[in-house]
Amino acid sequence: MVPMSYFVGLSAVLFAIGVAGVLLRRNIIVIFMSIEVMLNAVNLAFVALGRRLGSMDGQVIVFFVMTVAAAEAAVGLAIIISVFRNRETVNADELNLMRW
Amino acid sequence: MMTAQFPALALIPLFPALGFVFNVFFGRRAGRQAVNLAGPGVIFLAFAVTLWGFTRLLAMPSGAALEVTLWPWIVAGQFHTEIALRLDALSAVMTLIVSGVGAVIHLYSVGYMAHDEDYARYFAYMNLFALSMLVLVLADNLLLMFVGWEGVGLCSYLLIAFWYDNAQFAYNGRKAFVVNRVGDAGFVLGILTILSALVAHGVWTLNFAELQAHRAMLAPVATMAGLLLLLGATGKSAQIPLYVWLPDAMVGPTPVSALIHAATMVTAGVYMIARLHFLYTLTPDAMYVVAVIGAVTAFFAATVAVVQTDIKRVLAYSTISQLGYMFMGVGVGAFAAGIFHVMTHAFFKGLLFLCAGSIIHALDGEQDMTRMGALWRRMPITYATMLAATLAISAVPGFSGYFSKDLILKRTFAAGDDGLWLIGIITAGLTAFYMFRLLFLTFHGVSRVAPDKHVHESPPVMTVPLIILGVLAVVGGWVELPDGWLWGGAFTRFLEPVFGSFRTPVAHATDAAEVGIAVMATFIGFALAYILYIQTPALPGRIVARASALYRVLVRKYYVDELYNLVFARFLFWGSENVLNRGVDHGLIDGLVNGTGLGVEESGEIARRAETGNVQVYAFVYLLGAVGIVAYYVYLVMVR
Repeated sequence: MVPMSYFVGLSAVLFAIGVAGVLLRRNIIVIFMSIEVMLNAVNLAFVALGRRLGSMDGQVIVFFVMTVAAAEAAVGLAIIISVFRNRETVNADELNLMRW
Repeated sequence: MMTAQFPALALIPLFPALGFVFNVFFGRRAGRQAVNLAGPGVIFLAFAVTLWGFTRLLAMPSGAALEVTLWPWIVAGQFHTEIALRLDALSAVMTLIVSGVGAVIHLYSVGYMAHDEDYARYFAYMNLFALSMLVLVLADNLLLMFVGWEGVGLCSYLLIAFWYDNAQFAYNGRKAFVVNRVGDAGFVLGILTILSALVAHGVWTLNFAELQAHRAMLAPVATMAGLLLLLGATGKSAQIPLYVWLPDAMVGPTPVSALIHAATMVTAGVYMIARLHFLYTLTPDAMYVVAVIGAVTAFFAATVAVVQTDIKRVLAYSTISQLGYMFMGVGVGAFAAGIFHVMTHAFFKGLLFLCAGSIIHALDGEQDMTRMGALWRRMPITYATMLAATLAISAVPGFSGYFSKDLILKRTFAAGDDGLWLIGIITAGLTAFYMFRLLFLTFHGVSRVAPDKHVHESPPVMTVPLIILGVLAVVGGWVELPDGWLWGGAFTRFLEPVFGSFRTPVAHATDAAEVGIAVMATFIGFALAYILYIQTPALPGRIVARASALYRVLVRKYYVDELYNLVFARFLFWGSENVLNRGVDHGLIDGLVNGTGLGVEESGEIARRAETGNVQVYAFVYLLGAVGIVAYYVYLVMVR
């Protein structure tokens, strides 16, 4: 049996990669993908811990997260497309109109 | 003393209150017709109710009073006072004057204000004044009286400054208000002095009847309270030293001068002293001060009136002078005589002002007597009524002013104040002189009216009030005939129960010579006026040239205004400008308000630097926060 620490460790690594992607990459599509990575890292932790505790709660929450992620992807991509149509860029540094 | 409940008493102030509300909120929309009906109408209704109460009072045994308690007003610990009205002989006389003369003058105002756009505001103020004045005279305790006292002061200010877009008029209104505040401060201190003396004995009341019942407790503070209240009276009733506002109050509409600054409000001080007779009779010193102030004011104002050329200004100084007589009357303990003069003065001085208003109205606002003359043929009704009023105020035997002024002089003489009596006699001569001077300059001689003026008699709505008051100015004094004639001294008999059996010490018996001297003084005044202004109109100019220094002093009103400006007003204006305006208003209050705004702006200027617009910076800060929270919980777990 694969030890618990592997699952949690992998989840932590994936989450850290996602955070790094969100903070460091400039392309908002990549940022967006990094958010998906973070969500899935959390999903992995939920499933693993749910199995460990013998509870279905973790798996149920994962379904919710996947549903929300799908909706978020749809809305997010739509926003990105409309931003691109207006500004002709997907570089996060250039999308800084809401500032002092 | 017998009292009866009479709830209808509350209607007397209620009607003017309704009129005020109507004129303020609906007057403009309802239009001139409705305002002309409602404004005077409510006062006539109040007068009708007053007559009803008066007949009830006459039917009751002498010394009775009608009362109504409306609701408890101030209840604080042991102290309690009520909104309660009381109609006894004294307040009945005053209420009849206020509502009766008030109704007539309201009616006159309909004609006088016919060309003024602001008729609704005018009648609103007038109704509010009637309400305040009726509360003042009907109040059954000092505190409620003070409410009316302040109310009439406010209305006086509002009506003096009625044409407020003229800066000088607005200034005169403020002057009246501020001078009255000085007097009111004395009034408040007087009330507190009385209350503190009573409280020392465990009596918590300001009700007039109860004050009178506990009269003995007031003895230690009587002089002080009397003098403080006298200060209030000098403010309201325009006596030395606080008379300076009244001549300047003449810039208001003329019916206002007639109602407020001649017939009613300015007599409030006399009424107050008469109402508190039980306090003043405890203190001969304060009484003597009242009498001296009255006599000196009467003489002083009469000398100024002799040289003024503005018709309303002459009447204003004449009012101050006549009020001086009233103070002299109550000061020597002849309270009924003082109130009697209040009544006859309301008739003839109200009438004089209305006549002056009629002339001013006919001459399109001209008030300078040097540009009048020979008006009698063109304004016969105004002339006839003004002649009646002039004869009355000059105390020609048979006319109303004769009976009241003679009674005051007689009682002063009887009290042994020969000096005051002599001043009164001289003033009577001066009164006859300046009044006939006014009459001759306006109605007789050659016409000096500007040729472009279209002189005409006033409309009936103005002349009918003149005739009503003219009749009263003639017959109004007949309620008090010399002893042994018909009904004799009915007026003083009616008031006798209110003032009790107080008598001034009779120093020497009155004799016919005293009366003769008074009449002679009047005749000399008349004769001088006739010689100077009818027979030899050139003579006054020559006299002025001879005695130019004296003339200048009189024309400039003894430089009292200049003196007050130098000593008080300049200092107050300096303080208002530099301390209150610049320091408090611009410095402190504006500083606080602007400082708050500036503080928000400046802190925002700093805080907005955080808003970079870069999403990833926000995300990083968010991450730091999340890490911080997690670290905190980990720390908590580790410590435990």
